[in-house]
Amino acid sequence: MTDPSTASAVTTAPEEFVTAAEHAEVKGNKPRSLASDAWHDLRRRPLFIVSAALILLVLLMAFWPSLFTSVDPNYAELGKSREGPSAAAWFGYDNQGYDLFSRTIYGSRASIIVGVAATLLTVLIGSTFGLLAGYYGGWLDGLMSRIADVFFGLPFVLGAIVILSSFRASGDTSATQIILLVVLSISILSWPVCMRIMRSAAIAAKQQDYVKAARALGASTSRIILRHMLPNAVAPVLVYATIALGAFIGAEATLSFLGIGLRAPVVSWGVMISDSRDVIRVAPHSLLFPAAFLTATVLAFVMLGDAVREALDPKAR
Amino acid sequence: MTDNIIEVRDLVKHFPVRVGVLFKRTVGYVRAVDGVSFDLKRGETLGVVGESGCGKSTLAQVLMRLEPATSGTATFEGRDILKMKGGELRKLRRDIQIVLQDPYTSLNPRMTVGDIIGEPFEIHPEVAPKGSRAKKVRELLDVVGLNPEHINRYPHQFSGGQRQRIGIARALALRPKVIVCDEPVSALDVSIQAQVMNLLGDLQTEFGLSYVFIAHDLSVVRHLSDRVAVMYLGKMVEVGTEEEIYEHPTHPYTQALLSAVPVPDPELRNQRQVIRLEGDVPSPVDPPSGCRFRTRCWKAQDICATAEPELVTRVANHPSACHFAEEKSIVP
Amino acid sequence: MTTTRSEVDFEETARVPGAPLLEVDDLFVEFRTRDGVAKVLNGVSYRVEPGETLAVLGESGSGKSVTAQTIMGILDMPPGVITGGEIRFHGENLLKASSRRRREVRGSGIAMIFQDALSALNPVFTVGFQIEEQLRLRKGMSRKDARKRAIELLDQVKIPNSKGRVRQYPHEFSGGMRQRAMIAMSLALDPEMLIADEPTTALDVTVQAQIMDLLKDIQVERNMGLILITHDLGVVAEVADRIAVMYAGRIVEQSHARDLYRKPGHPYTQGLLDSLPRLDLKGTELRTIKGLPPSLLNIPQGCPFNPRCPRVQDICKTEVPPQHRLAPGRLSACHFAEELISGD
Repeated sequence: MTDPSTASAVTTAPEEFVTAAEHAEVKGNKPRSLASDAWHDLRRRPLFIVSAALILLVLLMAFWPSLFTSVDPNYAELGKSREGPSAAAWFGYDNQGYDLFSRTIYGSRASIIVGVAATLLTVLIGSTFGLLAGYYGGWLDGLMSRIADVFFGLPFVLGAIVILSSFRASGDTSATQIILLVVLSISILSWPVCMRIMRSAAIAAKQQDYVKAARALGASTSRIILRHMLPNAVAPVLVYATIALGAFIGAEATLSFLGIGLRAPVVSWGVMISDSRDVIRVAPHSLLFPAAFLTATVLAFVMLGDAVREALDPKAR
Repeated sequence: MTDNIIEVRDLVKHFPVRVGVLFKRTVGYVRAVDGVSFDLKRGETLGVVGESGCGKSTLAQVLMRLEPATSGTATFEGRDILKMKGGELRKLRRDIQIVLQDPYTSLNPRMTVGDIIGEPFEIHPEVAPKGSRAKKVRELLDVVGLNPEHINRYPHQFSGGQRQRIGIARALALRPKVIVCDEPVSALDVSIQAQVMNLLGDLQTEFGLSYVFIAHDLSVVRHLSDRVAVMYLGKMVEVGTEEEIYEHPTHPYTQALLSAVPVPDPELRNQRQVIRLEGDVPSPVDPPSGCRFRTRCWKAQDICATAEPELVTRVANHPSACHFAEEKSIVP
Repeated sequence: MTTTRSEVDFEETARVPGAPLLEVDDLFVEFRTRDGVAKVLNGVSYRVEPGETLAVLGESGSGKSVTAQTIMGILDMPPGVITGGEIRFHGENLLKASSRRRREVRGSGIAMIFQDALSALNPVFTVGFQIEEQLRLRKGMSRKDARKRAIELLDQVKIPNSKGRVRQYPHEFSGGMRQRAMIAMSLALDPEMLIADEPTTALDVTVQAQIMDLLKDIQVERNMGLILITHDLGVVAEVADRIAVMYAGRIVEQSHARDLYRKPGHPYTQGLLDSLPRLDLKGTELRTIKGLPPSLLNIPQGCPFNPRCPRVQDICKTEVPPQHRLAPGRLSACHFAEELISGD
C-alpha cells in the first residue's frame, strides 16, 4: 500500500498499483515521453510486427518489382488467355494473356501510391482544418464547416469525373500526372469526413481541464494544439485513415473502370480487378489474386493503425 | 507597496446568451460575476464560498486571464492583470497559478507525469536551464508527497488524491506567489481530502503562498481560510475573517448556508436552529431587482426589491450586503 | 388502496411472516475484468425494518453502491457475478426468485433513487409521462387516473405548480426539482422500501437540506424502510437511525448513529471522523488516514484495513477479523474492537 504523505514509503510494496501496467515501469529513471513509450510498446506487439512486415513486403514489391519477377507485365500472349496457375505462371494468365503474377507485383506500385498518398493528403487537409475549426470555433468554424459541407455534398463519382475529365482534357498526360490527378481528386472529395471527425474530437479535447491548465501556464496556441489536443484527438482519425486507405485503393479501381482513372499501360490492382469483371466465371483467378493482395494490404494497414492507436493510449497498454 | 498582493475592484463578467444558427443574436447576458471587489493579502488564504452558479469559478477564470473581464480592475502587485499583454502576461503566469477541481480531466492522459510537471519549465525556459529540469521535477514530486521515481508513469496509474498532488506540483513548479484553488478537494473522498488539505496548508507555510480558495464546502473553507467571502448570484454578500463569518454571520444568506450544513454529530440533531431556504437560486440571466437574495429571504421588505444593499459594515465589525444585517450565531 | 394491491401482488410469493423487511445476508460479488477478479463485496450483511433509516457509509470503491444495485437486481452482469449470499425481502430470497417476480418487487416492493437525476430521467419524455407509464403498466390505471395520481405525487414531493410541471421535460427542472421528481417517480408504486444512492451529492447545501427533509418526511409518513447510501458523515448524522460503515467490500462497523459518533468501534471509522474538517472548529492540522484504499483486485491479507491502521498488530496481517458483538445492534470487524470501545 502506498503512503502518499511520505515519499519514502511509496517505493516499498510491489502491489501498490495492480491495475496499472506495471510492465511499463522500466528500470532506470530517465524521463521518457509518450512517443518513446509508444515505440517501446509497439516493438513487442505481434500485431505490429506482422502488419509492419506485410507492409514492408508490399513496399518492396512496389519499388523493386524486379526482385520478385523477371516477366514483363506488358507482354501479352493471347494464346495463353485465361490459362490457370501453373509452374511457369504462378497466378496464371488473364483474358489478354498477360502474366497475372507479374502484373500483380507491378500493379502494387500504382495502387500503393494512390492509396497512401490520397490517405495522407486527406488526413493532412482534414485534420488541419478540423483542429483549427475545433480550437478557434466561432466564425472560422462556421466557415470551414460550411465549405466542408459543400464538398461533402458532391457525389464522389460525379465529382471525380468532373475533376479528372476537366484537368486531363489538355492533350497528353503521363502516368505520373494521372496518378497525381487521381490522388488529388480523391483527397479533395474525401477530406470533409476527416475534418468532421477531427473537429469533434478536438472540441472534446479542448474542453478538458488540462487545456485550461496549460493556458494558465501561458502555453502558446501551437503548444496547446500540438501537445494537448492532437494526441488526444488522433485516435478516431487513425481509425478512419486505415479504413479510408482500403477504400481509396478501391476508388482508384472504380475510376479506372469508368475510364477516367489510371489506364494501360499503367498497371494497378484496381485496373486488374476491373479488367477481370467480364471473365469472372471462366477465369476466377484473374480476380482472385489482385483482390487477395488488395485485401491483405488493406488488412495490414488496418492492423498497423490499430496497433499504433493502442500504443498511443497509455491506458490500453 | 501595500500589503495586498491582489486587489479586485468592481469586477464584472457577463457571458452573452446567443441564439440563431448562422447569424447569432445576443438575447441577454449571464451575469456570472456582477461587480465584485476584494483584496488578497500577502500570505493569507481568502476563502470564496457559494453555491453552484454564484460565479465563484468564473471569478477564478477571470483572475487567471482564461476569460476576458467585461469591466472592472484587478491588480497584482499594483499592475492591472486585466490589461496585461505579451511578456508581462507571461511573467504573470509565473506569479499566479491555478489548481483545478477535477483530478481526472486536469491532467493530459497522454503525457507522463514528468512531462506534465515539466511543462511549465518548457513554456518558461528562463526559469530552469534544460539540464536541471528533470531534477526539479523530481524535487516537486517529493514536495507534494509523491515518489520521485514515478516520473515516467501516466496519470491513469494514480488515484484521485495522487493526481490532485500532481496538479499541485504543476502549479507549484514556477514558484508562484498566488495559487487560485478552484474546488481542489471536492472530487476527493473524505480521508484523501484531508491529506490534500494538509498538503496545501504545509505548502503555504513552506513557500509563503497566498491562496484564493474557492469551494462550496463550508467546513473545508473554514479549515483553510483566514478570511472568507460569501457569494450569491455574482455578488459578494458578506466578507470577513473566518471567525466573523462562521461565529458572527450577519447576512441572512450566510446564516442559511451555515445552518444547512449537516453537522457530523447526532447529539445535535434536533437541537440546532435550522433555517430552511425555499426554492432554488434564480437564473443569473435575469437576477431579481434590488437585493438578489430577496426572493428566498425571510426578512425581505419592500426596500429590498428597490434598493440594492451595499457591501458595507452595518453591524458587527465586517461588511455585509443586507439592509437588515443582524448578527446571529448559527454554528453550535 | 395500498392493502388491496398488496394482497393481489404478493399472493403467490414466498413471504415469511415476521421476517425483517429486507435482509442482506453474507453477500459476495465479484467483477471479472480483463485485469483480474475484483472482489467487490466480501460478505456483506445488514437488515432494514419498516420505518428505519440505515445509512451505508463508505468511500468510493467500498462497495456501497454495488450492494444496492444487487438488491435492486440492476447490477451489470457481466462483469458482476454474485458468488454467495442471500437477499431476503420479507423472508423471500430475491436472488432465487424468477425474473418476473424480481420485476414485480422492483418499484412496488423496493424502489431506488440515484445521484444524477438528470441522467436517471429520460430526456425525451415529460416527467408526467414517466410517472404515469409505471402506473399504467403496473397498476393498470387509465390515462386520466394516472395523470391525476402523477399530479398528486408531485404535490407530495412539494413541487409547486404540479399541474403545469407534469407536462414539462426533465431539462426544464432545476437540480433540486429534478431530484424531487425522481423521488415522486420512485413513490408511484408505493414501495415499502426506498434505496437512495447519494441522493444529494450533486446538489448545493441549501437544496440538499430540503431534499433530506423531504425524504425524512415521506419515510415517516409511509413508514418506509430507507437505505441511504452516502459518503457524507454530516448527512448521516442528521438522518440515520443505524449506520453501516463499509471498507473494501466489507462492513467494518455497524452501530446506532449516536454510539458510532460518540465512540467509533473501528479504527477506520475513527479515522474518517478525525479527517473531517468541522464547521464548528477551526482546526490546525487534520488527522488523516495514511495511504490509499486497497485495490479490490488485490485486497491485503488479514484485515483489509491493516496497511493503513494506526493500531495494527501482527494478528491483523494474517487473520480476517470476525464481527465482534460490542453491544446489542453494534458490530465491529476489528480484532481490538473491545479495547477501542473501553479505552480512552
